[in-house]
Amino acid sequence: MEYVISVLLSGISVGGQYALIAIGYTLVYGILRLINFAHGDVFMVAGLMGIYFTATMPITVSIPLVLIMTVILGFVIERAAYKPLRSAPRMSVMISAIGVSYLLQNTATYVTGGQPMTYPEIPFLSSTVGVAGTQTKWVVIITPFLVLALVYLLTLLINHTKVGMAMRAVSKDFATSRLMGIRVNSVISVTFIIGSALAAVGSVLYFTNYPAITPTAGAMPGLKAFVAAVFGGIGSIPGAVIGAFLIGICETIIKGLPSSWDVSVFSDAFTFALLIIILIFKPQGLFGEAATDKV
Amino acid sequence: MKKIIALIMAGAMTLSLCACGGAAPAQGAGASGDTIRIGVFEPSTGDSASGGKKEILGMQFANSETPTVEVGGKTYNVELVMADNGSSADKAPSAASELVGKDVALVLGSYGSGVSMAGGPKFEEAGLAAIGVTCTNPNVTAGNDYYFRICFLDNFQADVLANFAMDKFSAKKAYCLGENGNEYDQGLVAFFKQVFEAAGGEVITDSFPTNNSDFTSYLNKAKSEGADVIFTPVSIAYAKQIMEQASSLGIDIPFLGSDTLDDNMVLEATKGTNLQLYVSTFYQEGGSEAFDKGIKDYIKHNSNAMTANGGNDTISAVTAMGYDAYYVALEAIKAAGSPDKGAIKAAIPGVKYDGVSGSIAFDAVGDAVRDTAYIKTADTASGTWAFEKVQTGSSK
Amino acid sequence: MLENLSAFIPNLPQVFQPTSPLFTVLKKAAVYSLVAVSMNLLNGFTGLFSLGQAGFMLLGAYTYAILMVPASQKEQVYYLFGGCAFDFSLPDAFAAIFGEGGAGGAVGMILSCLIALILAGCVAGFFAYLIGIPVLRLKSDYLAIATLGFAEILRAIFQWQKLGPVTNGANMIKGFTTFSSFNITNASGATLLRLSTFVPFLVSSVCILLIVLLINSSYGRAFKSIRDDEIAAEAMGINLFKHKMMSFVISSFFAGVGGALFAMYVANAQAKAFTSVMTYEILLIVVIGGIGSVSGSVLATFLYVACSEWWLRFLDSEQYIGAFKVPLLRNGFRMVIFSIVIMVIVLFFSQGIMGDKEINLGALIGKIRAKRERKQ
Repeated sequence: MEYVISVLLSGISVGGQYALIAIGYTLVYGILRLINFAHGDVFMVAGLMGIYFTATMPITVSIPLVLIMTVILGFVIERAAYKPLRSAPRMSVMISAIGVSYLLQNTATYVTGGQPMTYPEIPFLSSTVGVAGTQTKWVVIITPFLVLALVYLLTLLINHTKVGMAMRAVSKDFATSRLMGIRVNSVISVTFIIGSALAAVGSVLYFTNYPAITPTAGAMPGLKAFVAAVFGGIGSIPGAVIGAFLIGICETIIKGLPSSWDVSVFSDAFTFALLIIILIFKPQGLFGEAATDKV
Repeated sequence: MKKIIALIMAGAMTLSLCACGGAAPAQGAGASGDTIRIGVFEPSTGDSASGGKKEILGMQFANSETPTVEVGGKTYNVELVMADNGSSADKAPSAASELVGKDVALVLGSYGSGVSMAGGPKFEEAGLAAIGVTCTNPNVTAGNDYYFRICFLDNFQADVLANFAMDKFSAKKAYCLGENGNEYDQGLVAFFKQVFEAAGGEVITDSFPTNNSDFTSYLNKAKSEGADVIFTPVSIAYAKQIMEQASSLGIDIPFLGSDTLDDNMVLEATKGTNLQLYVSTFYQEGGSEAFDKGIKDYIKHNSNAMTANGGNDTISAVTAMGYDAYYVALEAIKAAGSPDKGAIKAAIPGVKYDGVSGSIAFDAVGDAVRDTAYIKTADTASGTWAFEKVQTGSSK
Repeated sequence: MLENLSAFIPNLPQVFQPTSPLFTVLKKAAVYSLVAVSMNLLNGFTGLFSLGQAGFMLLGAYTYAILMVPASQKEQVYYLFGGCAFDFSLPDAFAAIFGEGGAGGAVGMILSCLIALILAGCVAGFFAYLIGIPVLRLKSDYLAIATLGFAEILRAIFQWQKLGPVTNGANMIKGFTTFSSFNITNASGATLLRLSTFVPFLVSSVCILLIVLLINSSYGRAFKSIRDDEIAAEAMGINLFKHKMMSFVISSFFAGVGGALFAMYVANAQAKAFTSVMTYEILLIVVIGGIGSVSGSVLATFLYVACSEWWLRFLDSEQYIGAFKVPLLRNGFRMVIFSIVIMVIVLFFSQGIMGDKEINLGALIGKIRAKRERKQ
C-alpha cells in the first residue's frame, strides 16, 4: 500500500512538471504551428541559471531573477531565430528551433564543463515530509496544486483579457487578425514570454525534486511534454494539463511494475506508443478542435 | 549574390582544409624534431564529458610534472594532443583518425568502453598502440592487438562488489539498477548477478531508460522488495540523481557502486545525508601523499582544471588513472628506445610500472594484471571518502 | 582511389596519407549523404515530414551486423549471453561455397556483404510498410512526432536485455565485415590497394543514382505533385496513400542500407547511437543543402561532416597566435561555434545552399565558356 501511494505521488508530481512545460508547447503551437524544440532546453537553462544565481545571491532574489532572465531568453530566441523566418516554409522554422536547441545544449556543455550540476536546496520545498508511511519532498505535494492554480490564472488571462482575446484571434487566423489591427508580433512575443515563465517555474519545481542538471536534462521532459500537448489536443490548455498528468502517472506506474516482468525500460517507449495510438484513433487529441480542410 | 557568398564560404573552407594539412607535421612516426606527441582520446562533450575531463586532468598534471622523456640519449619534449570523441560511437572514428593524422606516438584513453571499441579499429589499422585508462569492458582489448589497458575489468569489479556485499552485509537479496542500452551498466549487472547467484543469493535486476530523472519508483521498489543491498553501476549524472532522491526517500539500504561512482559530484550528493554508499575503485586519496598534494596544487592554480574537476579539489580515481597512464606511456617510450610507434607497441607488453593506483603489468590479451580493488565509503558527515578495505575477488 | 596516392607518389602532404582524417571524414560523409538523400526523398520530394530515419538506420545496422558476424566470433561478441541464438551467418555460408582465402574468399565476401546490405534495406522497408499503414494517414507535424516516437520505441526494444541472445542487448555487435576488410593485402599483411574509402562511395553513389532515377520517373513526378498540393494531386487521379507509402518504404529501404553502411563505418552496431539527435543531424543536413535538392544534400553532408569533425577541431584546445593566447578556446568550444554557424546558415540562407536546384555540370561549363567568349 505504501508502495502504491509513493508511486502515485511521484507520478502526480512528474505530471505536474510536464504540464508546466506542455503549456508552453501548446501555446506556441496553437499560434505559430511550430514545434518549439528549444523549449525543453530553455527549461534546462532556467535550471542552470538557478544554480549560478543562488551561488552568489540569496534565494529570495535569485528565483525572481531566474524567472525574469528566462522570460528574456524566450523573448530573444523568438525575435532572433523565429521572427526572421515568419514567411519561410514551416520546416525551416522547425530547423531553426532544432538549431537553437543545439546551441543551448552545446553552450551549456561549454559553460558547465559537462559536469552534472547540483540544484540548490530551496527552503521548505526541499524539506521532507511523511505521507501515509512514505517519505517525500514538499515539492511533490505542492506541485499539482501550484499547477492547477497557474492554469486557472492562465485561462482567466486567455478568456477574459484583451491580450488573451488577441491570442485566440491570432491562433484562428493570422492574416485576418492582422487586418483587424492586432499587432501579431507582440502577441507572439507575449506567448513566448508566458511559455518561458511557466518553464522557469517548472524548472524550479522539477530540479528541486531531481537536482542533477546535465546539458541534456531538458530534452526528455521537453519531448514528453510535447507528447502530452499532442495527447490533450494541441492548442488546448486543459488538454495539455490532463495529458501531462496522465503521461506522468502512466510512466511512473510502468517503472514501478515488478522487476521480474522487466518492462520498466519501456516507460518512455510506452509514452510514444500511447501517442501513436491516440493520433490514429483521435488525431485531434482528447480536447482538440477538428480542423476542416477547405479546398 | 547568395551563390557568391556560398562559393566564398566553400572556398574559405577548402583553404582551411589546406591549412590544416599544412599545419600537420611532416612524416616521422610520433616525433618531429625533439617533440614526442601522445594522443589523448577522451570525451569532453556528451554524456561522459565529466569523467573524461577528469581523466585528462590527471594526464595534464603528469605532463606538467614530467614534460620530457629521454630516449636513446636524446631528450624529447612530450606534448599531449587532444581529440574529443564526443562520448558517442559515431564521433569516435573521426576523433581517432584525427590523432592518427597528427602522427602521435601512442594513444591514451578513453573513459567509457563504447568509444574505445569504436575507435580501436582505426588505431589498429594505423599500427598505433592505445592504452585504455578506465574502459572496463572485456571486448575492448579482445580481438584488438593494439589496445591495452591499465584498469581492471567489469567481471573482476562485479566479482569484488558481490563478495563485498556478502562479506560485509551478509546480503541475501540484491537489487541491481542500470541504464538500458549502456554496455557498462548492463555488463556489470550481469556479472554481479552471476557471482551473487552462484553464492546462493537472489538478484533482482531493473533498467531505466536513457535520460531518465525520476528514480523514486525504482528506489521504492527496491525497498518494498526487501533488498539488502542496492547495486547501481551507473554513470555520474544518474548516480548523483539516485543519491539525492534516495536521501529524500529516506532509503537506509546500503548502496554499492562501481568505479564511476567514485566521483566528487556523487560524493557531494551524499553529504549531510544518512545514505550508506560503498564504491569499488582504482585509487584511494591518501594512497600517495606526493600525488595528492601535487594535483591539488595544480587544480587550485588552474581555473580550467578547477571547472573540469567540478569546482572543488577532491581527487577522482580516474584522475589518478590518467596520471598513471601517462607514466606508463613514458615507460613504454623509454623501453622502446625510440619514438617510433611500432617499437612502442612492441614494448608495451613488457612494461611494468608502480603507479599511484598500484603496480601495473600486462597479460597476454593486453589487460592489466590486477587482483585487488579498493573499497571506500562516503563519509556523509564531512563529505569525503573514507577507506573501507582492500577487497580481492573470489579465487579464479 | 585518392587513398592510394601516397603509395605511388612519395612525400605527399600529410592530408593524403591513408590514415589522415580526410578519409575518415569522406567515409562518414559518403554514408550520411545516402541517408540524407533518402530523407530528402521523403521530406523534400514527397512532402512527408518524417523523423524516423534513425530508427530505420538502426534496423538496417542490426540486420547487417547479425547476419555478418562469423560463427567463430559469436561466442566472444555475445559473451554475456553465452553465444548467439541466431546461428546463421552469411560469410560462413559463402565461405562454404567459394572457399576461405584467395579469389573465392573475396567473391564470397563481396557477395555476402551485398546480400546483407540489401536485406538490411528490406527489413527497414518492411517495417516501414507496417508502420506506414496507420501512420501515413497523419498530417505534417503529427506524422513527424509519430515517426520520431516509433524510432524511440525501436531503440528501447533493441536495447532490451531479454532479447540479448539476438541483439546482444546493451552490448555492441562487432567483428563483422567493415570497410577496411576491402583493402587488398598481400600474404604478409601489407596493404597493396586500399578500397576502404572507395566502397562506401560506390554503394552510396549507386543508391543515390537509383533515387535520382526514381525522382525523375513518373513516380517522382507524382511524389512532387503530392508535395505541392495533395488535393490537386488526388483530383488528377494520383492514389495518395499508395504513393506516400511507396515513397516511405523506398526512403526507409535506403535509410536501412545507410544504417548498414554506418555500422561498417563505426565497425560496430549499438542501439545507443541511433537517437533522435542523429535524426536531427540528418534533417539539418537536408535543410542546409536545400529541401528538394539531391546534389545539395550530398554537398551539405560533406561540408557538415568535415566542419563538425575535422576543420573546427582546433577550437577545442588552447591555441597561440604568436605569443598571444586566444581566449575562450577550451574543450567543448568547437560545438558552440559549430551550432552558431548552423544558426547563421538556417537564418540567412533559409533556402539552403542549393535551394531546390541541382548542380548541373554541363550548364556550369557552358556559362564559363560564354563568359570567356564575351571577354574576347
